[in-house]
Amino acid sequence: MTKTAQLEQVSDAKCLQRGAARGKRGAEMMEPYMSITTETAAKVAKLARIRVEEDALPALAQEFNNILGFIEQLNEVDVEGVEPMTSVTPQRLKRRVDGVTDGNQQDKVLKNAPDAREGFFAVPKVVE
Amino acid sequence: MSDLNKLTIAEARDQLRAKEITAQELTQSCLAAIDGADALGAFVHKTHELAMTQAQAADARLAAGDAPDMCGIPLGIKDLFCTKGVDSQAASRILQGFKPEYESTVSQKLLDAGTIMLGKLNMDEFAMGSSNETSVYGNAVNPWKVDDRALTPGGSSGGSASAVAADLCLAATGTDTGGSIRQPAAFTGIVGIKPTYGRCSRWGVVAFASSLDQAGPMTKTVRDSAIMLEAMCGHDSKDSTSADLPVPNFEAMLTGDIRGKKMGIPKEYRMEGMPAEIEALWSQGADMLRDAGAEIVDISLPHTKYALPAYYVIAPAEASSNLARYDGVRFGHRATLAAGDGITEMYEKTRAEGFGPEVQRRIMIGTYVLSAGFYDAYYNRARRVRTLIKKDFEDVFANGVDAILTPATPSAAFGLGEMTDADPVQMYLNDVFTVTVNLAGLPGISVPTGLDSSGLPLGLQLIGRPWEEGDLLNTAYALEQAAGFVAKPQKWW
Repeated sequence: MTKTAQLEQVSDAKCLQRGAARGKRGAEMMEPYMSITTETAAKVAKLARIRVEEDALPALAQEFNNILGFIEQLNEVDVEGVEPMTSVTPQRLKRRVDGVTDGNQQDKVLKNAPDAREGFFAVPKVVE
Repeated sequence: MSDLNKLTIAEARDQLRAKEITAQELTQSCLAAIDGADALGAFVHKTHELAMTQAQAADARLAAGDAPDMCGIPLGIKDLFCTKGVDSQAASRILQGFKPEYESTVSQKLLDAGTIMLGKLNMDEFAMGSSNETSVYGNAVNPWKVDDRALTPGGSSGGSASAVAADLCLAATGTDTGGSIRQPAAFTGIVGIKPTYGRCSRWGVVAFASSLDQAGPMTKTVRDSAIMLEAMCGHDSKDSTSADLPVPNFEAMLTGDIRGKKMGIPKEYRMEGMPAEIEALWSQGADMLRDAGAEIVDISLPHTKYALPAYYVIAPAEASSNLARYDGVRFGHRATLAAGDGITEMYEKTRAEGFGPEVQRRIMIGTYVLSAGFYDAYYNRARRVRTLIKKDFEDVFANGVDAILTPATPSAAFGLGEMTDADPVQMYLNDVFTVTVNLAGLPGISVPTGLDSSGLPLGLQLIGRPWEEGDLLNTAYALEQAAGFVAKPQKWW
């Protein structure tokens, strides 16, 4: 019950924000999420190397639209001059000598491979 | 010698040292409890023999004297941790049969401290979920029950929460990317702490969203969390984000004295539609802290409402990159290929078969927000919002606030299957109070504080300053003492 209430709140915010965003930052927004079609969904699946059957694409596109609709609230926030976070704890990464610290474990490296032959990972033919 | 499995870590430690019990008796008691609890779906890989061998070694170490606090303590380990020679598959089909040749730093530290691994614990697939319903092993079930319904133990560390609440182990490891320790802890009436980002090494923990993931203990009491956290954290050169800071004796900081401490109540966490019981519990919690001598102040964390949408850009983006390694070549599942299938077909079929629907959904969302043209609009914008969310907390702490009190979850545990037909976004709302803490890298702890009218546990969350887990645990200890939560689930399994 609480979840529904919060969702409604989210939807309200979304409507308000869409209007604002169109007026103020229309160019930056680029028409992102409204344009998720079955073609876009197919392209994303391809990029992610996940096979999605043709008849499952419309539902997938709809799911993307729901999630991206939720994400779209971020357009309400004024992020002018704000740096994107790269590290949550500002600390200089440690350095070490650029030397070999490990190795000579071919059998262990290959142990969990679905197909390993003669000391190599085996895959389907890559070049004709 | 029955019921030893019901001991806390602190009680077991004292009895082991006093030679009143042995690690082997303690372990046997837990193993018997595990064998009688298959209905909970908590332990998904049992390691009985290994556990008894480790228990023998622990007894020898205890007999020799000078054993660490955690020596002889039987634990459950979340399936996300790589454990040498023991199945570690992140509750995913794509890692079926994977037995790592190495041990994660955190589980190795626990082994070095003399703990005993009872087995691997159920979870949501790749830690993506809030109800433990995305697991390839099937659901973990909450030992708490108020009617005919089987309830979720929460997620993603659902098996850990269920196992600890049902006394199958003394404590368990969990991991928390958006609330995966604290939400299940609240749903099952136990304590769970997510430490500051960088406290626990992430090496050997299957990666979900690397800038958010942290391991932590899930225990029966705050004292147990203090003891176990100390054994889990510390610098590790194998994780470049691991902090090179001294690890304090957290248990020694549990005085229960919080007089003069300033506790913030953030107005943005008062969500519309929040159940009256959660609201009431929250103000009772504030009263308890006030009665213990703390000063309660109203605070504002203005970007709170944007945390969840920012998280659902950043976490899938990182996941799509991290999970690219599951390609059917080096480990885990590979699809059976048809004649003429090339390497692309192998990747696509393997990943379609190996990943469940929620994981596929998040990988593809992540792929989309990182794709050319949308990177700035989504990913960079979310990272900017993350900067603002962190600044909200920094401003509050700069004003002298020591800890922040919030509800842990927007409801008590719900029924398994009740959210099946819901929009994925509805499930995401479970993390609304916890996710800000991951985005800001802060420590957060869930403390069981009361029961709802149906008799299900509810928890409150305390959020602390970075690296001040000791102070946070002490505040949690004061809250725990004031709340006096002692209810346990009735055994039905």
